[in-house]
Amino acid sequence: MSNVHPYVGRAHPRVDGALKVTGRAKYAAEFFADGMVYAAAVPSTIAKGRIVSIDLSTAKGAPGVIDILTHENRPELPDSDKPYLNDMVAVPGSPFRPLYNDRIFYSGQAIALVVADTHENARHAASLVTATYEAKRPTVDVAEARHEAYDTFEPRDGIPPPPPPRGDAEATFKGSDIKLSESYRVAPEHHNPMELMATTVVWEGDGALTIHTKTQGVNNPKMYICAVLGLDPDKVRVTSPFVGGAFGMALRPHYDLLLATMAALKHERSVRLVLTRGQMYTMGWRPDTLQTVSLSAQDDGTLTSIAHHAIQATSRYEDYQEPTVNWSGLLYACPNVTLKYELAKIDVSTPSDMRAPGAALGLYALEVAMDEMSYRLGMNPLELRLKNYAEKDQNDDKPFSSKELKAAYEKGAERFGWSNRSPEPRSMRDGKELVGLGMATGCWEAMMMPHSACATLSADGKLKVACGTADIGTGTYTILAQIAADAFDLDIEDVTTEVGDTDLPMAPPEGGSWGAASAGNAVRVACAELKKELLTLARGIDDSPLANASLDHVAFSNGRISLVSDGERSVSYADAIAASGGGEVKAEGSFAPDEEFAEKFAAFTHSAVFAEVRVDEQLGVVRVTHIVSAIAAGKILNLATARSQILGGVVMGMGMALHEETMWDKTLGRVVNANLGEYHMPAHADVQNIDVIFVEEDDKANPLGIKGLGEIGIVGAAAAIANAVFHATGKRVRELPITIDKLL
Amino acid sequence: MNFSYTRATTVGDAIQAVAGDPQARFIAGGTNLVDLMKYDVERPGRLVDITRLPLKAIEQTADGGLKIGALVPNSDLAYDARIERDYPLLASAILAGASAQLRNAATTGGNLLQRTRCYYFYDAGVPCNKREPGSGCPAKTGVNRIHAILGASDACIATHPSDMCVALAALGATVHVEGPDGARVIAFEDFHRLPGDTPEKDNTLAHGEMVTAVELPAPRFGQNHTYLKLRDRLSYAFALVSVAAAIELDGDVVSEARIALGGVAHKPWRVPEAEALLKGKLPSSGAFEEAADRLLKGAVGHGENDFKIELARRAVVRALSQAAAGTPQVQSNKIVN
Ligand SMILES: Cc1cc2nc3c(=O)[nH]c(=O)nc-3n(C[C@H](O)[C@H](O)[C@H](O)COP(=O)(O)OP(=O)(O)OC[C@H]3O[C@@H](n4cnc5c(N)ncnc54)[C@H](O)[C@@H]3O)c2cc1C
Ligand code: SF4
Repeated sequence: MSNVHPYVGRAHPRVDGALKVTGRAKYAAEFFADGMVYAAAVPSTIAKGRIVSIDLSTAKGAPGVIDILTHENRPELPDSDKPYLNDMVAVPGSPFRPLYNDRIFYSGQAIALVVADTHENARHAASLVTATYEAKRPTVDVAEARHEAYDTFEPRDGIPPPPPPRGDAEATFKGSDIKLSESYRVAPEHHNPMELMATTVVWEGDGALTIHTKTQGVNNPKMYICAVLGLDPDKVRVTSPFVGGAFGMALRPHYDLLLATMAALKHERSVRLVLTRGQMYTMGWRPDTLQTVSLSAQDDGTLTSIAHHAIQATSRYEDYQEPTVNWSGLLYACPNVTLKYELAKIDVSTPSDMRAPGAALGLYALEVAMDEMSYRLGMNPLELRLKNYAEKDQNDDKPFSSKELKAAYEKGAERFGWSNRSPEPRSMRDGKELVGLGMATGCWEAMMMPHSACATLSADGKLKVACGTADIGTGTYTILAQIAADAFDLDIEDVTTEVGDTDLPMAPPEGGSWGAASAGNAVRVACAELKKELLTLARGIDDSPLANASLDHVAFSNGRISLVSDGERSVSYADAIAASGGGEVKAEGSFAPDEEFAEKFAAFTHSAVFAEVRVDEQLGVVRVTHIVSAIAAGKILNLATARSQILGGVVMGMGMALHEETMWDKTLGRVVNANLGEYHMPAHADVQNIDVIFVEEDDKANPLGIKGLGEIGIVGAAAAIANAVFHATGKRVRELPITIDKLL
Repeated sequence: MNFSYTRATTVGDAIQAVAGDPQARFIAGGTNLVDLMKYDVERPGRLVDITRLPLKAIEQTADGGLKIGALVPNSDLAYDARIERDYPLLASAILAGASAQLRNAATTGGNLLQRTRCYYFYDAGVPCNKREPGSGCPAKTGVNRIHAILGASDACIATHPSDMCVALAALGATVHVEGPDGARVIAFEDFHRLPGDTPEKDNTLAHGEMVTAVELPAPRFGQNHTYLKLRDRLSYAFALVSVAAAIELDGDVVSEARIALGGVAHKPWRVPEAEALLKGKLPSSGAFEEAADRLLKGAVGHGENDFKIELARRAVVRALSQAAAGTPQVQSNKIVN
């Protein structure tokens, strides 16, 4: 038996790593079924208007074509929104219904589905479908729609509207000498995970379906598809064992699911639909948001007012919302705060949650405004943050469950060498390059959701834990195995984890960074239940050495349950299991967040991000040469997978600061760079030295002390880089990405 | 898409197969053509695979230059010892382009014939004069950050995206082609063309003509040269502006200069008068600026790409300084020296 316990807290390699690098991890588009046919979706070429006619004649005659579905010939679909709202991540409005009618809401909308004998034939025939349209001029730029912005929308479930104003920010601002009011904008982004959206529907013969689909939570597509197509939930199983990145885009069911399932039911055979890379830009995106931040302060840096206003793009058919401005009411202590959040409709698909939705945008704006204020005051940007350090969440008037942000500032600054920064912009240089140092703060909720899990121990000493959550590449398999291995003092090699299957205990979609805390604690509870079960069995053995032992008095280790006070008195796991009469013992456990605790405390993760950039003075070429991200996010379960999450978040923040931009042609209403060649993300050469520091926190929000950290890594990263670019160049670019042209 | 596929065994067969069929295309590394087929921009009825043809050698020519077979992969060319030693500008330009994987697959001939990266050209769902003559040019009033500032026409403002070709233009290479009517040699500046009224034609090859080799004249500019590429990230992006600069010094004075720009026109952009301005002068930023201004004379932006004019001017000045100092840009180091 290994002596590496506890696994929790170590840098344990991914337990699914070998499967992934050897190609044995199966993704949605890799499942196969006998007799399977292939589908391809045909995208609209207009962004707004109606389909007048669709010409299928050439496509129908193409080799291998079995069927072509359009809004005119499709199987019946429900006429009301209600079934489509069976989506745990739905937003207010009328959900998009693929192939429903002739109306076009956005460019690239599916207007037909070709079913053919091979993937290639389906793609080819799809290219032969033509349509005539009655096109209207689209609006795809939120700035053009800002005069139609509205704040009278139904709030989205789980997304708190901005808190009411406190104090009087407007009057305070007016009366202040030291103040600024600036507008900020981040280019629209798409998630761009490596894995394409895909659904493989396996027709099981008796009307039962097994659906392999890319999702962040199998129960959501199951609920949705059963409701929309009137299927018996007992006959539908959804799996998604591996997800090749999602970043929020696979929280909601997308049109691949409905179209593939519709085709499978119609033809009573298995169907696979894989969207193209271009079609990955016809769904969920980080919304274009126009922001204004106004700050005022006293001479000593004390903030006297904060006003943050956002106008965010949404689609014509839904009111997608994220709490963009809310953090501005709690990150710093300030008596006068006004937060305002509005929507404006444009002719695009509905935006969706994308890594740190709201915070990535809102805190970029706030943290750049804070930087601007520091120069206005002639104050070190870090000092300004410390001066206004919030000891409680003023939005909700609650103390924090834990907040080691001060330690994160301190450790981050030290590792980074923040004290080497000379205060003046353009004051540091190295050869032809201007050097700039910038910093920013990040903040994200520490959320939890009800989850269930089960644990099964078999006589051969192998433990299996399972939960219907997802591992979207974050390391869920690994941390659940670590928690379970510790519970029974097992070698982690003897633990298997299962996720991503509707046959497993219930879990909601994996998002909001709640996965580790929620699924982790559910596994903890399931293991505790299993221990109870085993002890009961052990006590029941004839002449049991543990006859009167209670759970508090025994230890589970070395394959035995033994009395803590007298290790000689023990029963092996195998004997206890044998007493059950079967070969294994299974227990279920559920976890739900502690409501009482949540009433009393506000739970957040924080980051302090420091960035060094070098900018060619003449040519505007920016290099990010050093980043330190110091993270305070509760208990760190696995230093390796946690570090990877932060690295990924920082790199994504770098993309936001310098590279990423979904570009729409304003006349055509069409994304023009819908591919990974022209949609720029950081390349290896862009990513240099990134240091991740974890400042541990003793948090009591859940028994394992987990806060989650899938999202905090991106928050603040873009602002730190943008602030460093200002420090280097003296140029304040308030529209991201900061490309060469903006620095000339 | 359905097409026939044949693997040519001789140059003559390949030419015959393509020349006789307007729907036929040569395919070499496929790094551009296959993408275009996936996007339904190219719909060849027949693919003639030329990768087995004996055009993979780099040979010495009688007048001391090198003749590079059309199928020499971009990587092999960049790392060839003779190229590294005698034509470092070419090696550098190749390594500034694409990614290692793409350079391994891409060929010398294919690189010359790669198509523009204009966004609209790749989207079969929208108009484009280059793809569908007469349908219009949405780039002119649309997203044109990456488009031409020089030599564009009312019909098309696309650029030629190659890095390698910019160096070849500066070095004064020639292109050997063979077609149904025999072989000919084309000067590099005559190979690619400006869009004019026929943007569908990228170059002066006739259908069925094959590039068999690219010839470099005897080595020059081994000391004072640079390839400077500016782009939207530090690697793996096409040039917003690139400059191949090469000079020869007679003592302290410039005796010969070559400047070619990439990313700014439908072909690598050279202006002999601009190069001549440097002759007989001491290298200085004043002289470089004068040459840059002449090179960019007549440059016009189309909105989003207005910045390229100033960027190109500064890039030319920097590149000439690098060349004059004998400190060429190192492609593996992202600091612009
Ligand atoms: C993501 C991405 C990034 C890239 N980045 C860069 C970059 O930064 N800089 C850069 O310079 N390039 C870049 N490239 C382009 C790359 O250099 C070209 O795709 C490559 O050089 C084409 O060569 P190939 O042999 O693959 O051509 P193919 O794709 O096989 O052919 C291209 C065209 O040339 C024709 N053809 C090929 N060989 C011959 C011949 N001998 N005679 C006549 N016709 C011929 C074909 O019919 C076809 O029309 C990039 C490409 C991609 C996909
Ligand atoms: S610039 Fe040329 S290639 Fe681009 S859309 Fe216009 S015509 Fe087509």
